[in-house]
Amino acid sequence: MTLPPAGGYGISTDERESARQSTHLADPVLAAPALAASAPAQGAKRLELRHISKSFGGVRVLQDVSLELGTGEVVGLLGDNGAGKSTLIKIITGVHQPDEGEILFRGQRVEGLTVQRARQLGIETVFQERALADQLPLWRNIFIGRPVSGPLGFLKVGDMRRMTSELMGESMGFTSAVLTPNTVVKGLSGGERQGLAIVRALHFQAEIIILDEPTMGLSLKETEKLVRFVEGIRAAGKSAIFIDHNIFHVYSVSDRIVVLDRGRVAGQFPTSRYSLDELMDIMREVAATGTFTEQERYRLEDRTPEATTGSSEDHE
Amino acid sequence: MNPAVATATPSRSRSPITAFASAWASQIGITIAFLALWLAFIIGAPSTFLSDRIYLAFAQTTPYFAIVALFLTMVIIAGDIDLSFISEMSLSLVGFVFTWQATGSVELGILAALLVGALCGLFNGLIVTYIGIPSLVVTIGTQFLFGGLTLVLVNGKSYPLVATNTAFSYGLLAGKIGTIPIQFFWLVALAVVAWVLLNRHRLGQNAYVIGDNPQAAQLMGIPMRRTRITLFVLTGMAAALAASMNALSLNNFYPNLGSGYLLPTLAAVFVGGTSVFGGRGSIYGTFLGAFMIGGIQAGIVAVGLTDYYTQFVYGAVVLAAVSVHAILQRRFE
Repeated sequence: MTLPPAGGYGISTDERESARQSTHLADPVLAAPALAASAPAQGAKRLELRHISKSFGGVRVLQDVSLELGTGEVVGLLGDNGAGKSTLIKIITGVHQPDEGEILFRGQRVEGLTVQRARQLGIETVFQERALADQLPLWRNIFIGRPVSGPLGFLKVGDMRRMTSELMGESMGFTSAVLTPNTVVKGLSGGERQGLAIVRALHFQAEIIILDEPTMGLSLKETEKLVRFVEGIRAAGKSAIFIDHNIFHVYSVSDRIVVLDRGRVAGQFPTSRYSLDELMDIMREVAATGTFTEQERYRLEDRTPEATTGSSEDHE
Repeated sequence: MNPAVATATPSRSRSPITAFASAWASQIGITIAFLALWLAFIIGAPSTFLSDRIYLAFAQTTPYFAIVALFLTMVIIAGDIDLSFISEMSLSLVGFVFTWQATGSVELGILAALLVGALCGLFNGLIVTYIGIPSLVVTIGTQFLFGGLTLVLVNGKSYPLVATNTAFSYGLLAGKIGTIPIQFFWLVALAVVAWVLLNRHRLGQNAYVIGDNPQAAQLMGIPMRRTRITLFVLTGMAAALAASMNALSLNNFYPNLGSGYLLPTLAAVFVGGTSVFGGRGSIYGTFLGAFMIGGIQAGIVAVGLTDYYTQFVYGAVVLAAVSVHAILQRRFE
């Protein structure tokens, strides 16, 4: 089977555009500079979380978490099970509302973020298989939550089938004749499902792409493809948050790694300044103690005073 | 290279026939079952099942529960269930009778019945979605609540409705077009409406996703509460309409008018291939399922068995149908 080039997921500025001209958009060389030009200057804050706290039934899941995401930046979010990664993602995507703190999108404060609103703002999430409806055909899955419909809510089924068919051929690389827009998702392989989830996120105007444990259940080869895909996101001037518990996957694609531990930001580390080995030492220490020793902190701060920002001071 | 999609597509070679069977397994299954049952009745009682009289009778009696079954199908596809519709039928008729007696207008009575049905559905939906109790439990509760309220309001009495027979809307709900009872045309029209809502409208798309994977529905921002409440309201209105037809046709309202329809309605939905687990089901299946269930009672008597066999055969048909659906699903998907 032939695979389209990187960026072939059709990172598009306009959903109709991507359906009609996906051959154009499938070419990263053409697509990326145009998008980057219209985006704000590199490094501008696309998303900012300030002092976010969230409790469920009296259990503090997130405590005073602050996080920034720049334009064209890929942030890796690392943390053990129960560190609060999923909750943080669900707050960014509008599934949960924070108890305290604020969310800023392009410098504008957003109140009462809902899933619909987050999507309008261009926050798209690849939730892996968890957000696919198994018994429904591919075309219905692509358009979950925002079907193409007329003014009275009647679906434009033909349009959706056609767009799905185009996306399948050009962006997902589904070339098998067995798979049609009417194929039920249940029969897809893990990789195919993931392709579907990613295409679904990118088909719509996405500025921030959140990948929630995207390597889970993938083969090595599939993981390599995923890494190249994340690199394509950055090249197109989009931003991404890459969540995983595997430091190897996260390190290779992230500009900066944020370590979450027991609901707090334990530290932030630009990958340009820290080697993988150093980060692994830090992770081990965080896992054991929930924070760094003073000695470690001085060592880090000495080297990169700006690297450990705001929230890590909470651990004093 | 295309990144994430992984997929050396496994060698899944399927013949076009298998692909067709896979896509339509459920519909093909119910169609075969329908034809088989029909054939059995024709062979068993040719004089009855080859004359048009029995079909004219079905055309009148089947819609009384089939109309509710159509909308109940959507409720079940969305992962809920509604067992209160039999009491919604009775309570909505209280609205009909009181309004009709107060105003003398059958039309206003019917509107009142529809309003009561919608309010009952809204009540179910609000409790299920906002208090967060499974609909099975809620609608068992409201079955008693609405039924009890009916008895209290009418003091257990029944009301003759003979005086409605001259009204225009009597003909609309209980008349005939040619020799064919008008109830049948209502059923066909509402089946089309239900099919469009389920397959060609946001409501149906959302219902399927909620029933298939509630977590996905939440993560993808589907208006879950609104969708589920809407489906309960539609079922309540369908119950009110079916009950109005039934009472007008019988020229009588009695407080437990709905009680005989619980099992046939549910049976029609499940025989039609709708999954009790949600996410799967069709209007086509329910439509045929309703006529299978509707035909059984007449068929049993016609082939020379006593009426006592009716429930036994209902049970056998329902179990056979759901088993076949389950097997077909595993075999082809």
